[in-house]
Amino acid sequence: MARKEYAFYPGCSSQKGASASNYLTSVESMCKTLDIKMTEIPDWNCCGASISYAEAGELPRHVMNARNFALAEQNLPGQDILATCAACWLGARESKERLEHSDVLMADTNEALKEAGLNIKVIPEVRHMVEVLIEDLGYDELKKPVKKPLEGMKFAGYVGCQTNRPFGIHGESFENPVYLDKLIETVGGEAVPYDQKVTCCGGALAFSEPDKAQAQIRDIIESAYDNGAEMIVTPCPLCQANVEVYQGSINKKYGTKFNIPVLYYSQLMTLAYGGSAKEAALDGNVIRARKLEEFAGR
Amino acid sequence: MSDMNQQMAARYKNNFLKEVEAQVEMGEWVKMCMQCGVCAGSCPTNFHPGWEHPPQEIFMMIRAGKREEVLTSPSMWMCTSCYNCYVRCPRKLPITHIMHGLAEYAYQLGVAPKFQPTQHLSKTFWDNCTKTGRVNEVKLTQTLYFRDGLMAGIKQGLAMKDVALGLVKAKRLNLMEALGFGHKCKDIKGIHAMLAKARELEAKRKGRQPA
Repeated sequence: MARKEYAFYPGCSSQKGASASNYLTSVESMCKTLDIKMTEIPDWNCCGASISYAEAGELPRHVMNARNFALAEQNLPGQDILATCAACWLGARESKERLEHSDVLMADTNEALKEAGLNIKVIPEVRHMVEVLIEDLGYDELKKPVKKPLEGMKFAGYVGCQTNRPFGIHGESFENPVYLDKLIETVGGEAVPYDQKVTCCGGALAFSEPDKAQAQIRDIIESAYDNGAEMIVTPCPLCQANVEVYQGSINKKYGTKFNIPVLYYSQLMTLAYGGSAKEAALDGNVIRARKLEEFAGR
Repeated sequence: MSDMNQQMAARYKNNFLKEVEAQVEMGEWVKMCMQCGVCAGSCPTNFHPGWEHPPQEIFMMIRAGKREEVLTSPSMWMCTSCYNCYVRCPRKLPITHIMHGLAEYAYQLGVAPKFQPTQHLSKTFWDNCTKTGRVNEVKLTQTLYFRDGLMAGIKQGLAMKDVALGLVKAKRLNLMEALGFGHKCKDIKGIHAMLAKARELEAKRKGRQPA
């Protein structure tokens, strides 16, 4: 039996061929080493993300999350829900909180769920992957399997918004959370201090207001470079995509020469645990992390 | 003015604060604002500059009964859901949700700014993810780019082609999704029935005409 078991909620972006599929590959490699068993919630659905607020309204959004709660409770009783995506985690936790605080919303939700043949009695805990790593295992346990420390490499730990606010990782400050820096150090890397650690990448507005979002992304990358980072590391699929894929557009617009790889913490951990470039899904990065590819080949 | 807009304005007899408290998600918090402006200073979009009225102004305008100015403002649509204002507010107002709630209400009343890009994104995203239960990223991008017609879409697509090619090369964009292949839930029928019921219940609880 695995050391820990969870009801896994991968979310839309992590599926095969989707924008964060490299996140999922590296998480699976990392969890194999750490002996964490994740069982996918059968037939899970999209959380609606933050951006659907205007079209969805309130109850339909909660009902979408509630369907996942009901499916988890029914099929994987007693297991916490584990999300890798920051927005899935936030959306699901928000719905859990609202439903638990309002008998009216809970009753309406169950009435709607009945249409899909489901109902909720107890909503499972909703956890983010980094929460599970830090709270259920702890930095010492995460350090034990390190075979190849990422010595001499400098990373900017880009926490961003949604794993940090409004819920955050227990015990961390909103203004200067240090968990990601500690994860970088746990696998032997150097976490550079820089001032845009919790700046918003623009989120979904990278689509609808590209100029404003790209101005924010520029600030984040510039600060990472200015403080000596060689790579950026993040726990959020949208942060990863936004900060990585618009570097070309930003260069055109601002005359910058950005070309900095943006990785997931799970990719660093997989490599430090002795995993291959393939297991860490380094081929999934649009801006290739050459230094890490060489490191993995050693 | 849409029918629902007229109906709501009449129902609350020019008491816009009361209307917001009853209709807007987390609207009951508006009167707690003490006008310190920390929200405005914490908003990433505000610096660049995006907001016609930052949140504390919106809150004061609600209390002053500026119904039309608030509901037709593009301001709330600038929210990136970063929750910075939310965690910094000394009075603990859930500002992010109030902004979403105001935007949603204005949109449902039919008085929100027309052709507002984030509004279009919100609708596109929700329609996309509820169609099959999961997001189809290729179709999402297509719908967004081709909003203003074929030529604009092609232009937009060409401008972004390097981004798309990079993602395809990294196996993070599956063009087969354009043809309807891709991720979906098994119980799509159940999801649609459940959401129709949820809409009906919400409209009933808020005394809004069903859409």
